[in-house]
Amino acid sequence: MAEKLLEIRNVTKRFGGFHALTDVSLHVEKNERFGLIGPNGSGKTTLINCISGALRNEGGSILFAGTEIGAMPAYRRTRLGIARSFQIPKPFTSMTLLENLCIPLEYTAHAKSHGADVASEAMEILDQIGLADRADKLPADLTQIDMRKLELARAMAAKPQLLISDEAMAGLSANEVDGILEILFKLNEGGITIIMIEHIMRAVMSFSERIVVLDAGEKIAEGTPDEVVNNKEVERAYLGE
Amino acid sequence: MKSKGHLLHIAVALAVVLVAFLITNSMENRYYYKASYVVLQYVVLATAWNILGGYTGYVNFGTAAFFAMGSYTAVALIKLWKPPLYVLLVAGGAVSGLLGLGIGYLTLRLRGVFFSIATLALAVVLQMFMTNWEFVGGGAGTAILKPRSVPFFSNYDEFLFFVMASLAVAAVFVAWLIENSWVGRGMAAIRDNEEAAECMGVPILKLKLFATTVSGAMMGIAGAPFSYFVVFIEPSSAFHLDYAVNSLAMPMVGGTTTWLGPLIGAVLVGTAQQIATVTLSAEMNLLIVGSLLVGFVVFAPEGLVGLFRKLRGRAMGRSA
Ligand SMILES: Nc1ncnc2c1ncn2[C@@H]1O[C@H](COP(=O)(O)OP(=O)(O)OP(=O)(O)O)[C@@H](O)[C@H]1O
Ligand SMILES: [Mg+2]
Repeated sequence: MAEKLLEIRNVTKRFGGFHALTDVSLHVEKNERFGLIGPNGSGKTTLINCISGALRNEGGSILFAGTEIGAMPAYRRTRLGIARSFQIPKPFTSMTLLENLCIPLEYTAHAKSHGADVASEAMEILDQIGLADRADKLPADLTQIDMRKLELARAMAAKPQLLISDEAMAGLSANEVDGILEILFKLNEGGITIIMIEHIMRAVMSFSERIVVLDAGEKIAEGTPDEVVNNKEVERAYLGE
Repeated sequence: MKSKGHLLHIAVALAVVLVAFLITNSMENRYYYKASYVVLQYVVLATAWNILGGYTGYVNFGTAAFFAMGSYTAVALIKLWKPPLYVLLVAGGAVSGLLGLGIGYLTLRLRGVFFSIATLALAVVLQMFMTNWEFVGGGAGTAILKPRSVPFFSNYDEFLFFVMASLAVAAVFVAWLIENSWVGRGMAAIRDNEEAAECMGVPILKLKLFATTVSGAMMGIAGAPFSYFVVFIEPSSAFHLDYAVNSLAMPMVGGTTTWLGPLIGAVLVGTAQQIATVTLSAEMNLLIVGSLLVGFVVFAPEGLVGLFRKLRGRAMGRSA
């Protein structure tokens, strides 16, 4: 059996009296392409927030490469190798796109040698994602679509072992979706484990080796794309009864 | 190339200090020393405020608290054993730096607005404390005798002017260093989006504590010579509202994202205030600053530096 890179055991998260996550358990294997789906408000982003450290889970444990990370500040989790994009883009507004990427490069990928020349690396990543011609622009000058690409590029710049993409493709054209998919496949071939959260079924289904489905904060299904698609409960969650 | 840039800046900084020294040997009018001292003191305070407020995005309403703690640390030491000025500077900086660290530690885990409220409360509480501490004069205040003479200078006011000029240069230099280092870039990330900064590997709590400590220490150092400068110190002058308002308004007028902004803002607004104090009245100061602040916040939120950049950008756009 393959090695577990991320293991989530009985994680719960409440907002006041509202249960956003209830007893969620799942694991992601090393170098896996993992899909996380579920209807709006089912808790996908909340789970990612708990994994990345933007939120603290109340119960359960989160292990990364065998280490419990549930109590770690977010920046240390990133330095351990977890990077995520934000569903609602959160760019560094006063910085150019290039400078946006330099932050994770400087603080994570090269955290031990502050002052490394990171600009050329940042440029490479921008080039890969198709934003090289806008390297000197400010985020405010970008379209919503390019903003999502910037989100993904910035997460890539942390050079993670585990990359979590939270709806990086929403609003993209079919061509652009294929472009992002290609990048993610390539990163995965290079040894990066990827969690993809996506509403575009075509993309998740073709990308993921394994999928977990959340509904109202609970895991309702897990399996290969085929198994998940044919699962009665998933159908009910998406279509209602 | 990088070290060449450093050398140039160090050379400029030393040149300014030298000029300040030469001035003391050629200019006589004492009023100018007093007025310049106040303006230079604001260069330090505005620059210090900006390291936290402008670079990191946390608004400090309590400049007066940090400034006055530097002053009163010096007063206590003067009452005890009258150490040389550099000891006062170091002690004032240390106390206010620790104060910054403490208040940062207590509040920075919460949202930014809590920090602002806490700094405001801090100023009120500390002023009350000083008002009741008889050893440093209590509410009635106390007179401080300045040293009669000092080598190389014809009187102590000229010496104080020189000291404050050096401190202003040092403060601006520190701000420049921070701004152009990975620390400064991390601070900017925090200011832009704290959550994203942390998820990109920026140790936000450490950097914020660094900012509150350095900023507080610089304010304390600026306050340390204050009692010698005013000769009579009382809580209502050391904790004056002017310090909080000006140190916030000056960077806003000049521009908060670079070291140049607070410098320009402090020189312009500070000088205008000195002129207004003589020609109109001291009470006009806050009115002037208030109006400027509103004007800039509404019409030029990036300050004069931002305004200048925009104009230059437009001019270049046209010629291209
Ligand atoms: N900070 C918060 N405070 C209160 N409630 C929250 C917070 N964050 C999320 N929620 C609630 O938790 C639930 C799950 O939200 P979450 O964003 O995780 O859903 P999601 O699966 O990512 O949905 P989507 O597909 O729309 O992105 C929602 O009902 C949401 O309103
Ligand atoms: Mg979501």
